[in-house]
Amino acid sequence: MKVGLDIGSTTIKCVLLDDRGQILYSTYERHFSHILEKSEELLRRIPVQFPFAAAAELAISGSAGMGMAESVDIPFVQEVFATRVAANRLVPGTDVIIELGGEDAKILFLTNGMEVRMNGSCAGGTGAFIDQMATLLKMTAGDMDAAALQAEKTYTIASRCGVFAKSDVQPLINQGAKAPDIAASIYQAVVNQTIAGLAQGRPIKGNVLYLGGPLTFSRCLRECFDRTLGVTGACPENSLLFVALGAAFYSDQRFDLNQVASRLRERGASETYRSQPPLFENQAEYEAFQARHAKAAVPRVPFGPDYAAPVHIGIDSGSTTVKLAVIDQEARLLFTDYRPNLGNPVPLIREVLQRLYDEHPALHVASVTTTGYGEDLTRSAFHADYGVVETVAHFAAARHFLPNVDFIIDIGGQDMKCFKIENGAISNIFLNEACSSGCGSFLQTFAQALGHDVREFARLGLFAGRPVDLGSRCTVFMNSSVKQAQKDGASIENISAGLSISVVKNAIYKVIRAASPEELGRNIVVQGGTFYNEAVLRAFEKEMGVEVIRPDIAGLMGAFGAALYGRGKAVPGQTSDLLDRKALADFRQETESRLCGLCGNNCQLTVNTFAGGGSFISGNRCDRPVTGKADTGQRNLYAYKRRLILDYKPVPGKRGKIGLPLCLNFWELLPFWHTFFTRLGFAVYHSPLSSRDLYLKGQATIPSDTACFPAKLAHGHIQFLSKLGLDAIFYPCMTYNLDEGLGDNHYNCPVVAYYPEVIAGNCPEIKDTRFIYDYVGLHRPKDFTRKIFDILRRYFPDISKHEIREASDAAYAEYAHHMSLVRKEGERIITQARAEGRRIIVLAGRPYHADPEVNHGIDTLITRFGAAVVTEDSISSRVEKFPTTVLNQWTYHSRLYAAAKYCCEQPDMDLVQLVSFGCGVDAITTDETQAILQAGGKLYTQLKIDEITNLGAVRIRLRSLFAALEDETRKEA
Amino acid sequence: MEPYQYPKFTPEMKKTHKILIPNMAPVQFRILSAVMEQAGYTCELLENCGSQVSELGLKYVHNDTCYPALLVIGQFLDALASGKYDLDHTALIITQTGGGCRASNYIHLLRKALVKAGYPQVPVVSLNFSGLEKDSGFPMTLPFLRKLLAVIYYGDLLVSLKAQTEPYEIRKGCAAALQEKWLDTICGWVRADKGYTGREMKAAMPEIAAEFAAIPVRRTPKVKVGVVGEIYVKYSPLGNNDLEKFLASQDCEVNLPGLMGFLQYCIYNPAETARLYGGSFLEKHVPDLMLRFIESMERVVIKVLKENGYHAPLPFRELVKLSDGIIGRGDKMGEGWLLTAEMIELVQAGYENIVCAQPFGCLPNHICGKGMINKIRELYPQANITPIDYDPSATRVNQENRIKLMLAVARERLPQQQEESLPALQEPEKQPSAVQALTAAVQSRAQDGNQTAKRAKAAV
Repeated sequence: MKVGLDIGSTTIKCVLLDDRGQILYSTYERHFSHILEKSEELLRRIPVQFPFAAAAELAISGSAGMGMAESVDIPFVQEVFATRVAANRLVPGTDVIIELGGEDAKILFLTNGMEVRMNGSCAGGTGAFIDQMATLLKMTAGDMDAAALQAEKTYTIASRCGVFAKSDVQPLINQGAKAPDIAASIYQAVVNQTIAGLAQGRPIKGNVLYLGGPLTFSRCLRECFDRTLGVTGACPENSLLFVALGAAFYSDQRFDLNQVASRLRERGASETYRSQPPLFENQAEYEAFQARHAKAAVPRVPFGPDYAAPVHIGIDSGSTTVKLAVIDQEARLLFTDYRPNLGNPVPLIREVLQRLYDEHPALHVASVTTTGYGEDLTRSAFHADYGVVETVAHFAAARHFLPNVDFIIDIGGQDMKCFKIENGAISNIFLNEACSSGCGSFLQTFAQALGHDVREFARLGLFAGRPVDLGSRCTVFMNSSVKQAQKDGASIENISAGLSISVVKNAIYKVIRAASPEELGRNIVVQGGTFYNEAVLRAFEKEMGVEVIRPDIAGLMGAFGAALYGRGKAVPGQTSDLLDRKALADFRQETESRLCGLCGNNCQLTVNTFAGGGSFISGNRCDRPVTGKADTGQRNLYAYKRRLILDYKPVPGKRGKIGLPLCLNFWELLPFWHTFFTRLGFAVYHSPLSSRDLYLKGQATIPSDTACFPAKLAHGHIQFLSKLGLDAIFYPCMTYNLDEGLGDNHYNCPVVAYYPEVIAGNCPEIKDTRFIYDYVGLHRPKDFTRKIFDILRRYFPDISKHEIREASDAAYAEYAHHMSLVRKEGERIITQARAEGRRIIVLAGRPYHADPEVNHGIDTLITRFGAAVVTEDSISSRVEKFPTTVLNQWTYHSRLYAAAKYCCEQPDMDLVQLVSFGCGVDAITTDETQAILQAGGKLYTQLKIDEITNLGAVRIRLRSLFAALEDETRKEA
Repeated sequence: MEPYQYPKFTPEMKKTHKILIPNMAPVQFRILSAVMEQAGYTCELLENCGSQVSELGLKYVHNDTCYPALLVIGQFLDALASGKYDLDHTALIITQTGGGCRASNYIHLLRKALVKAGYPQVPVVSLNFSGLEKDSGFPMTLPFLRKLLAVIYYGDLLVSLKAQTEPYEIRKGCAAALQEKWLDTICGWVRADKGYTGREMKAAMPEIAAEFAAIPVRRTPKVKVGVVGEIYVKYSPLGNNDLEKFLASQDCEVNLPGLMGFLQYCIYNPAETARLYGGSFLEKHVPDLMLRFIESMERVVIKVLKENGYHAPLPFRELVKLSDGIIGRGDKMGEGWLLTAEMIELVQAGYENIVCAQPFGCLPNHICGKGMINKIRELYPQANITPIDYDPSATRVNQENRIKLMLAVARERLPQQQEESLPALQEPEKQPSAVQALTAAVQSRAQDGNQTAKRAKAAV
């Protein structure tokens, strides 16, 4: 008799084998994190049903089983290893196994050099990810699979981790994309993630085996893999049980199962996890707390059928909910509505508006204001009067409760917004970046995973004696922390309290990054649905050491604020443009998704058409599909830079063809190298602007999935060049950049400096083309000429010293010319903007942020707001070297500091910093840039970008910035 | 904006201030602490750890900064907040490499954090060899450097001897006790200003090695694991969740390439830089002289290890060559080409199972660590390398699970490696008999080979 127990992150699997290896009993169940109890129960179940198996050979496997197995002295088998043992025995001849579990993804290469790959700690869960996405779509995992089979097309969804993907999926839902298409896109994202993250250049071919829950249950996912890999994989019998089977095959020590179960119970009784103080010491403390918060209530007045006074309606169409508030002229509340968004907010809002019309025949709507993610869609659908960026709406509402409010924190379903108020205006905004989770839906997901309703789950934590200390980080990490706590015997109460506390810590330390509560202000309003949760509210007060105001309409503040905004804007006697009774009754919405096709970006557009001919387009990067006119890029230095770079074309030469990848530092050095090699008689080809397609083609050879996106793109560029039949590809390593005299040193960052090494080590394409990636320094022109001669002579023996000298002189001159053109055009844009009274935004990053696939069209987005965009390198030369509080040792970053410094002296110029996710250097530069700007009385705005294509959060940030700047100007005037 | 004027460590402070040292490499740094005491400084090696250390780090340092910075700064702040130190008479010391990696900025982050946390008066000393912060009252004199070298060599030797003895010792605890004894002895010497000249080391080292070699051992085959990585998480138990202890608990022999290699690498790089991009005669040749000086000491260590039957690291000159054709020696940020060379050295020396440890999002390791694994595997298919990321919220479970996977593969190969000396196994499908044969064979070689043999059988 052999027993194998596989305790995964979400499920527990157990098999009992007879002596011939036949399965006598097997089970696959969710454990809801009751790992110890569930294991104990299973171990007791076997002897009851199979008395002859009371003593059996036993081994434990699975990511959640490790510590547990050791603590009760049962042999542990690493799960990937167990999979292999089972596959070798049950499906001999397998070449590759792809196994997706609750939180892990694995690829095992069995033949031609055994190799096992597991997802890194950042890659997030796959099964859990699919569950999370299904929840978002309001489907079960089964529904989602069925839906995906109906899909007509797929959208691009960031495949790095659940949190990222969520921010892609939510806007798709909000924009009305079809559920089947989204479902299929989610599966495709999982496939891309698995291949990009795990295959790392090794081809997956031959007999492929699919194992684990998601691949067993989802036909669509399997088909997605088949299609992408070009194989026909098989999902064998017992595909869910392979790990458990492997553990059973491996077991060789006999145990009395009941005895093991008892040992588990003993261990469960000992609470060994790290804890923190309880939220409430006693009932009295809780009651005082409740009484205090009951005071922050907004006055309400009855809203009868004959109500005829003017009303203002605020609609907050958020990421997961739709909220609506109706107020009277005195800002008293007449009516509120709050409901989950179910994917498409439009019919929901229509229903509520219809109800308002029906129940109040004399209704006089003076104004309607929309806000939130769905602001534009809702506004155009119902002909609302105003749209307001959500930060401003929230501020308006908070000020209503606490006129001297100096800090507002709003934790909603998907996002977290915090803003500091100084002199009656928003002075600083913190939004959760794509990586930090910890919002309302986070608690909800956990509550569900642990088998509870979210409200009840939160209540459980209030009087927990020893809340688990879970730290503060993203959901994916939290999953494993919770798992560990469970194993260490933490009760559900203590986990609930721990999660609430971690939401707060995440907000304070991860999103706001405050060192002390005083820093944030003393007059704090907390809002957002998550603060209805008393455990979170209490944890926040405890962590901050301050009593805060939580309005009784904490979850409706956006809508309330929007209504207040409309009340402020409306002129007396005004009647809203809102669809009237008849139009609303006839209202119809049609959603269609299509490719724009007007330019090379080929944006995936979602077109909403409403009865009455109105339409709303989303997903576009520029106004062309809306206005029909192409963007001239007149006010956009980024566009100019791109034109300059793309103007470098190959000139046929005597020495053959050489390729330059247009990635990382080539965005600045292309003029140099292009000229250099052209002069040497090469036809110089460079790769095109990056695109999604280019990225996907190269993604399989990326060895480190946490490197920055601009670096990862290099693989696609090399792949592209390798197909051109070139004589060589040139991509040198460069420790140093040119010294512009702005810093203490002039390094490149490690990734820019040495990425060619990664290409050489991981891209099979370069085996067919000569790849020149020697170490080169442009910072010493004289030495450069000598050194590059030695290098190139190795590849092209006929090159003469004289030629090199001439070519390099021309190259240095061309580089200087290029940089001067950029500065000159910057000057022109600034002058023109000033003449036209436009704001100037310094969109500061690195040269490669000009790549549209890297910046996701943020430059164009800013010009669509009416501002002019210049680059950091066009103005950095306007200041002298100045001292910084950090070691100023990277050339690109020195420009950043200099640009920030210059902005401080220009009233109409503001800096927005682009930060690539995973850029370690920016952990240092962002703080410093912010310090420089703040010392100069400027707002600091940071936009974190990755492969994500969602611009929702970016838009909020930018609009908030413009709103704050307008406010400032108005005050000064 | 007026740049913040940080307090300098003045020469007078030598008498008035206690210097706190972060504990990066416990063995080496203990001797370092003795050296500093001998030089007239009062200092203390920080031992505080626990969750509050990384929490303080998270609170006062940008969260995306690398983990070592979070930990080192957190450890300092935790110590300063403990009430154990007179804040007006306490200074901190931190290393600064001056390279193109973020690590050169730690000192600035630390200073920023000190101000933020309310300790603006606490001066920070930069320990560097690149001439940064020359105005500090902590002069890098030649005799002091001389002693530092001795510190590192004694330390590396003790670490290596213990690592190669402990897993095999018959009476548990012997090697650890002996290491402790020698650490005390060496610290005693150093405080009395002796023990660090070439002659003294040449006399002492064989004695140390001989004592380790005298510990009764049973050399049963064990999985041999090498650890490379970002220097802090490679060595510091606080940084790597007690990686060495964990590997020991999994019945492995662990090889952590010495700290001296990193120092030699730092000395070597300026010459390489001058060779690659141009530079003065001095820039090209002074490092060579220094390396040659270190070499005389290196020879002693290598000889002593070899003569006592231990595995000895390659001389630096040989190590350098290992990177040929794999990574350019111009890659000098972070651990750079050294990390790659160390992996190859380990693989060649039979430590083919490697943990490549780095902080989450470590920039240089995207290149020289994770970026090179493919290439190394192409050349050495037996290389079994697992990159592990460390981060305040990466859980131990996750890390250990990945290491266990690497170990499972290693254990499977262990019998293959011994196969030459064992009877060939036939019919691998017939598990029981084959396993018994294997078990018996291993047991006959050594009584306590049980564990290994059992693990090994999954291979069959």
